[in-house]
Amino acid sequence: MEVERVSGLKFHKKQDVAIVGAGMTTFKRRLNETGKELSFLAIKQALEEADMDLSDIEMVVMGSAPDAFDGLHMKGEYLLDGSGGSDRPYMRVFVGGGTGVFAPIAGYWHVASGLADVCLVVCEEKMSSCMPHPQSAFKYIWDPILDRPLAPNLIWIFALEMNRYMHVHNIKHEDIALVSVKNKANALDHPCAQLAEKITVEDVLNSEPMALPVRRLDVSPPSDGAAALIMVAPHIARQVTDNPVWVTGVGWALDTTMWTNRDLYFPRYVAEAAKMAYRMAHITDPRKEIDVAEPYDPFDYKELHHMEGLGLAKKGEAPILTREGVTARDGDLPCSPSGGLLGVGNPIAATMGVKAGELYWQLAYRAGKRQVAKEVTTGVCQAWGDLMQVGTVMVMSNKR
Amino acid sequence: MSVGKKDISCPPEAPGTPLKDSDIAEKKVTYVEDHPDIRYAWTAGQAISRFLNELKKGKLIATKCNKCRRILFPPRMFCELCYKPIDDWVYVKDTGTVQTFSISYIDPDAKPLEKPVIVAVIAVDGASKNMAFMHVLGEVEPEKVYIGMKVKAVWKPEEEREGSVTDIKYWKPIEG
Ligand SMILES: [Zn+2]
Repeated sequence: MEVERVSGLKFHKKQDVAIVGAGMTTFKRRLNETGKELSFLAIKQALEEADMDLSDIEMVVMGSAPDAFDGLHMKGEYLLDGSGGSDRPYMRVFVGGGTGVFAPIAGYWHVASGLADVCLVVCEEKMSSCMPHPQSAFKYIWDPILDRPLAPNLIWIFALEMNRYMHVHNIKHEDIALVSVKNKANALDHPCAQLAEKITVEDVLNSEPMALPVRRLDVSPPSDGAAALIMVAPHIARQVTDNPVWVTGVGWALDTTMWTNRDLYFPRYVAEAAKMAYRMAHITDPRKEIDVAEPYDPFDYKELHHMEGLGLAKKGEAPILTREGVTARDGDLPCSPSGGLLGVGNPIAATMGVKAGELYWQLAYRAGKRQVAKEVTTGVCQAWGDLMQVGTVMVMSNKR
Repeated sequence: MSVGKKDISCPPEAPGTPLKDSDIAEKKVTYVEDHPDIRYAWTAGQAISRFLNELKKGKLIATKCNKCRRILFPPRMFCELCYKPIDDWVYVKDTGTVQTFSISYIDPDAKPLEKPVIVAVIAVDGASKNMAFMHVLGEVEPEKVYIGMKVKAVWKPEEEREGSVTDIKYWKPIEG
């Protein structure tokens, strides 16, 4: 059933799509810059890397998460000028935390369809405007009739999912904590990182309880930040660079909003999205064919959960691969070499910079100190969000 | 458009001006504050209105789809898989099984709670597999809760019920 769901899709595209530039700002709990200013800074970097200026950009896709963080509706329109979107086709996309990979998917279809040859994708988040803590905005995600009378915190659903995942596969918290240890250490090599540090498994297990099994160090921090990508047609890529990175597959899917009716141990939404992307990219054995991955890691267990949804590990196997060092930067399947959301920060949509952005830099061999040890050709990045129901997946390759 | 990339590390730099929380509290930065107050009245809809009214009577009600043969809980007016109207209403039991749980030390604003809340996803008896809903557990120590535990609803006295999920005070373990 899972495979059949996408069997009818045909991927008729007008042209291939390459990424030729990326940029991102520092991620911090609180920045003085406005969302517009952050977007400008990220775009300026991406344009510099591609050696382009704004007049080369034909269309713009902007991604940003709930308006409630900003206390300002029509955020897409508010961020227009900072996004370089005035006087050209412009749209905002939004699927909660999934936006960081969904925005580049939207950029992909702008170019693949032939509507644009050069599309700028920018993601921005300014969570710090919400006082005293952005958690206060998250409570409006819950169903007003069935859930909110119970005074829930958004962390609850992650705790419930994590506990179910641990129970079904008999996974220990120690093994999950290794993800937090790895990603925060990887982030030491990222110039934008908010929470890069050397920590131990014991630090995670002894950190403040939030909603058990979730403790403080299992969680990524709220952040301000922005990221940008430039996506182009093949004839443009040839003019700009000798080493473009090609988007070879995209996929997205949502599972039912009735999240208490699902078995939470497996992210079916990610598996569906991955199947679509792999089919497009002609990948049949992701564990063998994917060289480097950026699975979405807002919580440590989530990297493991998503590796299994992405077919990079069998069900219940991701903690074992992590313990054996397979997912380390010098391992056979490096996961979150950027430092991820756990280490670099979690400005929701702007995590594009550590997922799609990092994958581009890794495959272009431009990740500097973060470059993985093994030779890389093909990689996958993924994001997740809404009421823990959306999976967004992008496969990239440095071979066309 | 010029040809060739510059030789720059990626990301090349990390501009941005970090602030401390205290910079706001001590008014060291320029900012504007507002407290929007918007009110809403959410109608519960056809299915959940019936569900809430049954809660007042101390009963849990579900709906049934004759095509996939699922008993849907919480109830809805259409089956989202078959995408057709439901066929019938059926009562389910006020007992169930803990599918997963969490011991929460934080309130909706992430402020610490003095006494932790035990939240659980409870699959109710009489509904189809995985047909569960979220509620809280009581009359049990946090360390005694386990996945697979059988629980029963503890209702508020009838005169205090108001047609809300909180008409069930909490779910407690079934002895034995
Ligand atoms: Zn049905």
